[in-house]
This record gives sequence, C-alpha cells and structure tokens, in this order.
Amino acid sequence: MKAKLPPMGTLGPFIALLLACAFFATQSDRFLTLQNFSLILQQVMVVGTIAIGQTLIILTAGIDLSCGMIMALGSIVMTKMAADFGLSAPVAIALGIGATALFGLVNGLLVTKAKLPPFIVTLGTLNIAFAITQLYSGSQTITDIPEGMNWLGQSLRIGGTNVLYGVILMLVLYLVTWLALRETAPGRHIYAVGNSPEATRLTGISTDKVLLGVYVAAGVFYGIASMLSVARIGAGDPNAGQTENLDAITAVVLGGTSLFGGRGILIGTLVGALIVGVFRNGLTLMGVSSVYQILVTGILVILAVATDQMSRKGVR
Amino acid sequence: MTAPTLSSSAAPQGGARQPWGGPAAAGSGQPLVIQAKGLVKRYGQVTALDGADFELRAGEILAVIGDNGAGKSSLIKALSGATIPDEGQIFLDGQPIRFKSPIDARRAGIETVYQDLAVAPAMTIAENLFLGREILRPGFLGRVLRMMDKKKMLSESISRMNDLKVGIRSMTQAVETLSGGQRQCVAVARAAAFAQHVVIMDEPTAALGVKEGNMVLELIRRVRDKGLPVILISHNMPHVFEIADRIHIARLGKRAAVVNPKVISMSDTVAVMTGAKLAEELPAEALA
Repeated sequence: MKAKLPPMGTLGPFIALLLACAFFATQSDRFLTLQNFSLILQQVMVVGTIAIGQTLIILTAGIDLSCGMIMALGSIVMTKMAADFGLSAPVAIALGIGATALFGLVNGLLVTKAKLPPFIVTLGTLNIAFAITQLYSGSQTITDIPEGMNWLGQSLRIGGTNVLYGVILMLVLYLVTWLALRETAPGRHIYAVGNSPEATRLTGISTDKVLLGVYVAAGVFYGIASMLSVARIGAGDPNAGQTENLDAITAVVLGGTSLFGGRGILIGTLVGALIVGVFRNGLTLMGVSSVYQILVTGILVILAVATDQMSRKGVR
Repeated sequence: MTAPTLSSSAAPQGGARQPWGGPAAAGSGQPLVIQAKGLVKRYGQVTALDGADFELRAGEILAVIGDNGAGKSSLIKALSGATIPDEGQIFLDGQPIRFKSPIDARRAGIETVYQDLAVAPAMTIAENLFLGREILRPGFLGRVLRMMDKKKMLSESISRMNDLKVGIRSMTQAVETLSGGQRQCVAVARAAAFAQHVVIMDEPTAALGVKEGNMVLELIRRVRDKGLPVILISHNMPHVFEIADRIHIARLGKRAAVVNPKVISMSDTVAVMTGAKLAEELPAEALA
C-alpha cells in the first residue's frame, strides 16, 4: 500500500510551483539561474521558518495572526540584549527565543484556559507584540550586534552557488518537524486535535496539553525566525515581520493545509512559501511594481482557500 | 505531553496481554462484572438517579432501556466515569471503585463507544484504533522521541479487525472514506480491542440505516462471543430484542425490572418502561 499516488491535495501545490516557475522562466531569462534560486531561498528563509509554527497551529484548527510581530519582538530582544548588556550572541539569541516562546505560551494559555478563539487571541497579541517591540526598541533599528549573530547570514558554496547557513537550517527544521508530525505519537495527536477535539479527548489525550505544546513550539519557531531575520538584515529591525505575518498564513494555505484543521503536510508549507517567494521574485524580475505583487498574493490565497473548501465538500 | 504509559502495557506482544477471556456463555450462573447499589444523582431539584441498582454479568449483552428522564443516561454516565454519583456504590469484579473521569474508567478496563464523535475522520483506521495508545518503538526512539512503531500498529490493526471479522481491506485508508456503519465498526473494534472488562455502547446504531445497523449488531455479538460483556443503550426495540441477553428497564431513576427478551413480549417491556405495568405483574419466568 506504499505505492499509492499522493492525493491531489499533496501534489497540487507542487504543480502550482512548477507552473509558476515555468511561467516566469518565459518572462525573464534571469529567472532560471542558480543565483536567482539561491536568492529566492534567502528571501523565503524567514517566512518559511515562521510558517512551520503557523502550520502546527493551523493543523489544530487554530490560526496565529501574531506570528510576524512575535518574530519582530524576538529579533529586538536578542539584539537589545547583546547591544545593551554586552551578552554573547548565543545567550542573547536564547533570550530572544525565550521571549517568543513566552508569547506562544500566552497565546496557548488564552486559547486553552480562557477558551478564547485563536483568531481573537492572536489579533490581540499581534497588537501587543507590535507595541512592545516599538516601545522596547524606541522604534530604532539596532545595528550594534555581535559578529556571532551574523553567522547564519553567511553562505556556503554548493556547486557554484551560494547557500546561506540559515537556508540550510530552515530546510533541516522542515525535515525534522515533518518527521515528528508523521512518526511520533505527539505529532499524530496534533492532527487528531484538529480533526475532532472531542474524539481526541475521549481517547484520553489531553487536548489542552497538545494545544499548549503547539503554541509554545510555534513561539520557538518564530524565535528561530527572529535569529534568521537578524542574520539576514544584520540588525534588529522593529518593523520586521509585517509582510511575513500574512505571508506565513498564505504559505500554509497554498501548501494545502486545511484552515479547518487536521489535514495537511508540512512539506506543502515549504512549497507554499516557495510559491510566494517565486511570485515575488518573478514579478520583480518582470519589473512589476510591488503593489501588484501584493495583489497577486491576495488572489493566490483566495484561490487556495477555495480549493480547500471544495475538496472538503467532496469528502463530506 | 503525557500519553498513557503504553510502551509496555499497550504493546500486546504475542499473548502478553489478552483482553478477551475467550468465549463465554451468558447466563445467571455467571459472576457479576459490574454491580451498582443504590446510586443517587441529583442535579439541583431534579433527581436523575433515585437509588438505582445495576448488575452486569460476565459474557452477556445487557440492554439498558428507558424513557427520556428515566435515569438511563445518568446511570451510564456513572458507570463510564462521566459523572460521579452522589450516593451509592459501584463494584467492578467485586472491588469497590470510584471513577473521577472517563479516563479513570478506561484505565479500569471499561471502554465506551459514543454515538458519533468517536473517530478522527481524516486519520487512517490504524491511527484511529491506536489514537492515544500508540505502540512506540523500543528504546530511545520510542521512550524519548516517542516515535511510533507504525508497522506493528498496522499489523495489530489488521489482526484485531480480522478477529472481529470487520470486512475492511485497508487499514491505511482515512476513516472518512468509510460508510457510517463501517466507521461505527472501527469505534466498536477499538473499544473491544482495549477493554479489559466491559464495553459500553451508547446508541451505536442510532444514526445508521438498516443494513449498516445490522452490520454493527453482528459486530457487537462477536464482541460478546469473545467474552467481553457489553452494555448496550438503545431506543431501538427490535435491535434490543434481537441482540440482548437481558434487558435492564430504567424508570423514574430506579431499576424497574430486568427482563428476559426470549420470554417477554416487546409490548410488555414497553408497558414496564412506561409504567403501564408493574414488574410484579409480569410472569416470574419473564424476569431475568
């Protein structure tokens, strides 16, 4: 029973990515080059990492509107810690990831203990995280950062092209998390909670613990994305994360994960993030203004959600 | 995330744990598996259970029937751990027990099949059978990384479903691709596979058509024939009469009578249920 064709929901995003690549290849001769793909991966690195956490949350039938803002807060915390107190890069980074994990915990507690809908909770924490980021940084970019924080932004030459260490880290995170979702009991419990919380609870699984774990894990992924963002920009930017916030959700949905929870494959999210990256990159190469890029992203999301809806109706 | 400690207990390695005691005949000579005495449950002004008694014997299908408000569901909730009775005692295999939650009841070997809610639709049959009780790999991979032994879960699923003669071919298909009756069979098979003592089924055929309902009834009978006693809550009198060994009639928060469906007529049973007839008016051989 191994040799089954994956269902359309799995192949769809991949086909969309290939079609997008084929289209842009005809539009610009610079598109289909190794350097360009290396650039797309660099651009996708931060949003791709955020989207791992977002996928976990959406699999439980939740949503996290605060992801990008939490990422920005994390990057400010880690750079300020290093700049103000002279902490070494690893310690400062750990504190930054601690801050984003704490925010994830707050989201999780509000969802599980206060029983508030994730949409509303994270709409609130979106604004709270943004405000804290601005207040703490004084709306200033923090550039005085230790050398160690830039390391992930350095590149490795693989077969004539540059690949950032950060990109490799993102790919490894995808692989590990995908395996965890597939092969471990807690991974399957995440799907079960998204499928039917009631049935899951009745089998003796603590759905609250699963949800809390998911929100905290998402916070950790946002923290790692903070680290990648700092490494890529070379600074702590209080205005980071604003496009990533919705792009992460877009990537998850384009990747075929159902907004209704319980269905989806993490690798699809990587493909979804690449679709967003390819569109941004390809339209830029074509000389299309960034406003149109936002327009296209919007259309893509609606198309993806519509496909999700229709395929759900097909199976009851 | 604390899953139940299943690395040893939920890994049924070649006969190390055999939940089914083997075929057993139902009958009055059988020992009591569950016994409840004088259960009382009040909700504010309403007395749902008013000194209800209950007896389940080994190897039988005991149907529980009653009008709405007769205390049928409160009784079942008390037995499955979903509510805590205010007064009275429950014995499992002669030992007094107190369940604080359905999880407690499950740990004690009482599994409940609910009318719907019971399965995760997008997950496979094998995953549903082992949800919350996954078989983990031995050693570090299982204990620390909590990796599942998927091969073993799959082969166990196949053998358990074959045992109960559930005719579903692939254990790796999503439950949502099954018919309603097949889904309910998955839920029943899961309960039967893990129950040490008792399976409670709450209206398992209510949402099903005739053919599908019969399929589930057949399965319930096979569960009984494997030696697991079954408590069946049902509104469907023909189903109850077709399958039950004894019928517990709940009325006004008490046990009105326990009758023998092979002797008593359906209309007499309904008469006791509605209070039109008293248990004392029934012929002695109709009582069980």
